[in-house]
Amino acid sequence: MSDPTKHAPEHAAVHGEHEHHVTPPIVYIVIFATLLVFTALTVGASFVEMGVFNPIVAIAIGVVKATLVVLFFMGVKYSTKLTKLTVGAGLFTFLVLIGMTLADYFSRAWGRW
Amino acid sequence: MSDSTAIAHEAHHEHPSYQRHHFETVEQQADATNFAMWLFLLTEIMFFGGLFTAYLIYRNWYYPAFVAASHQLNVWWGTANTGVLITSSFTMAMGVWCAETRRKSGLVLCLILTFLLGLVFLGIKTIEYSEKIEKHHVPGFHYSLNSFLHPETDEAATAAGDKPLPLDMARHTELYFFLYFAMTGMHALHMIIGIAILGFMIFRARAGDYTGGHVTFVENFGLYWHFVDIVWIFLFPLLYLISRHAN
Repeated sequence: MSDPTKHAPEHAAVHGEHEHHVTPPIVYIVIFATLLVFTALTVGASFVEMGVFNPIVAIAIGVVKATLVVLFFMGVKYSTKLTKLTVGAGLFTFLVLIGMTLADYFSRAWGRW
Repeated sequence: MSDSTAIAHEAHHEHPSYQRHHFETVEQQADATNFAMWLFLLTEIMFFGGLFTAYLIYRNWYYPAFVAASHQLNVWWGTANTGVLITSSFTMAMGVWCAETRRKSGLVLCLILTFLLGLVFLGIKTIEYSEKIEKHHVPGFHYSLNSFLHPETDEAATAAGDKPLPLDMARHTELYFFLYFAMTGMHALHMIIGIAILGFMIFRARAGDYTGGHVTFVENFGLYWHFVDIVWIFLFPLLYLISRHAN
């Protein structure tokens, strides 16, 4: 109890592939600031006429922001291989489902009624 | 597990009270819980993914209606709410750090801030919803096509330079608002559940429950809260931003 930063039980290092990672506040502060900057960027970009690139830029910025949240706020960058694989597999399945569905709907001639 | 290791474990039996007996170590317990939480979040991603897909398909089909309808949203309320939610994610992340480093008062402060920012988000959402109700833009409840058939009478439509839509296309704006309320409403429901759990956690944190080395609950709630933030990170551009220039 004397050292507030040491929280892992004594036998932590004996077992398991990692010791519990504690992300320092500076990382959270930097990510927080970056997320706010990207929010300002995406709002600013929506005021610029870019034709088809408006949605593309907006979604791309959203993907970057979401990636930062997943890696740092949710700590996937410092997590176990099991968690990384779970997140990766989930994302892959999600993209397959969304991608296939959209490809089907957008490419058929059954169109706009 | 062989008998010899089982006996060896029986022998020194010094695990913390929060370690369940069916786990070898605290780390194994934490990893298993983290894995389970992510599996739950993946089902949530699939669930919201269905709504996002529906939105993208209908936006593609009834493009002029979706563009005109999205001009009815106020981009500044959306921006403010994005800032509020990102800030609440930051305070939640700091709360996890406080729990991990056994800072009790810091944890309580972070949880209270997250709780309050969640309420601010819902407050702004209420302002936006009441605007929709006043303009009869709630699908199924005396829905009005006025803003889309006669954009010159509507402030937001005039500002965006909208042209009048033909009646059959204007009717599809109701579909935009249906998806708007379904997506933001489902997101708001997740916020309400999160805020309720935060209220409960504030009391337990004050009693010192999360600062004794067992941080799993705070960490996993953090994952949930950040996930809700991510949903909004995509809702905001899709609903508010991407149609601002399209006419």
